[in-house]
Amino acid sequence: MIQVVLPAHLRTLAHVGSEISIEVKGPVTQRSVLDAIESTYPMLRGTIRDHVTLERRPFLRFFACQEDLSHEPPDAPLPEAVSSGKEPFMIIGAIAGG
Amino acid sequence: MSKVRVLVGTHKGAFVLTSDGKREKWDVSGPHFAGWEIYHLKGSPADPNRLYASQTSGWFGQIIQRSSDGGKTWETPGGGLKPTPGGMPTGESNKFAYDTSAATGKPLTTHQWYDGTQHPWEFKRVWHLEPSLTDPDTAYAGVEDAALFRTTDGATSWQEIAGLRGHGTGPKWQPGAGGLGLHTIILDPSNPQRIFIAISAAGAFRTDDGGATWRPINRGLRSEHIPDPTAETGHCVHHVAMHPKRPGVLFMQKHWDVMRSDDAGDQWREVSGNLPTDFGFVIDVHAHEPETIYVVPIKSDSEHFPIEGKLRVYRSRSGGNEWEPLTKGLPQNDCYVNVLRDAMAVDTLDSCGVYFGTTGGQVYASSDAGDNWSPIVSNLPAVFSVEVQTLQ
Repeated sequence: MIQVVLPAHLRTLAHVGSEISIEVKGPVTQRSVLDAIESTYPMLRGTIRDHVTLERRPFLRFFACQEDLSHEPPDAPLPEAVSSGKEPFMIIGAIAGG
Repeated sequence: MSKVRVLVGTHKGAFVLTSDGKREKWDVSGPHFAGWEIYHLKGSPADPNRLYASQTSGWFGQIIQRSSDGGKTWETPGGGLKPTPGGMPTGESNKFAYDTSAATGKPLTTHQWYDGTQHPWEFKRVWHLEPSLTDPDTAYAGVEDAALFRTTDGATSWQEIAGLRGHGTGPKWQPGAGGLGLHTIILDPSNPQRIFIAISAAGAFRTDDGGATWRPINRGLRSEHIPDPTAETGHCVHHVAMHPKRPGVLFMQKHWDVMRSDDAGDQWREVSGNLPTDFGFVIDVHAHEPETIYVVPIKSDSEHFPIEGKLRVYRSRSGGNEWEPLTKGLPQNDCYVNVLRDAMAVDTLDSCGVYFGTTGGQVYASSDAGDNWSPIVSNLPAVFSVEVQTLQ
């Protein structure tokens, strides 16, 4: 199971806690993880990536294993620690403060 | 015993205020969707417990919420934990996809950008939701970049009414500083085929065939901020109001100027009359007196607050031109709030109630058609929209 950390507003929207467990079939990539999230939690469709272009929303970032993976290709394998469930895939919103 | 429900959209959530017909004591529930921008929420005339809300965020985009119990509980239509046998959910309640060209896959046409060049259509948010007059599962959504969408399955899915963007003047539409938003949708109760809409800063438009074809209805408007002040489109219409029993008569608060049409928008004439300033955002009509209308004059397009720090509603009992200030119960010094375009509404009780919200977080109400006002809630986030339901 893949562990995913969601930003607070998306936890509220999906009625879940800070970390969710997602089953991903096949290679573990950004795309397959997001597909699995949206399939399990349909209310999150369009909130992490655009409905039409499937591009990451501009104010969100993808972190894992203390690295920013936001600009990695969507079909690139995620780190082994994420695919094995040891480390979470983190979806982070830009801070709003000034 | 009648009840009144006031639906308030704010910068940081939605609030539902309820009172009995006396409208003296109010219960406040909320914030619903705390922390999100709620541009608009509105109830179905066909089923008052069916509410729709537009929930938006710069981070997470657009969400549509629906309530079937008058705002006590909410759901994202089609967003439940019930994927289809194929694995993917059928509901895409927040998907507003413009009609596209089969050849390019891109939205049909382009619009004018601030610098005059052409720019592709990009969905940003839903500004206004207008439920059908007869079917609780049908509603219209006015969105930015300007387009009109319709759902017929209770907001589970939305389809664009593409004839609006495609009718010919779409490539000339240009956003105002606040964006290219379709903010006003008026359904004609006497003619299901007729819909009025308004866009900042393109103008007002009308369909007489249920949305298949549209035409601009801006004749008589004059706007000095565009190269041709009397052009067919390009006018920054802020809001339009209609009395449901007299659907041919429209009242408009334009960027500057308060206007009136007696022929469903074919021709407009100015009725600003003795207003201290004719800039403003809201305009509405008394529930029982079609010639009684309300505006809140704002100082100017660069100073979005009342003149002299005095919050005054102006009422005309003659359908415009002759206006009287209404001040009892409203702050008359040091008040520098704004009243946004969707933030005024009326109830339909015998003594018509009038309501408006401010960017300072107050919602003011008058239960005597504007003679006396009092705040029914005072410290909300900035108010974006106010709608009222009169319940039996």
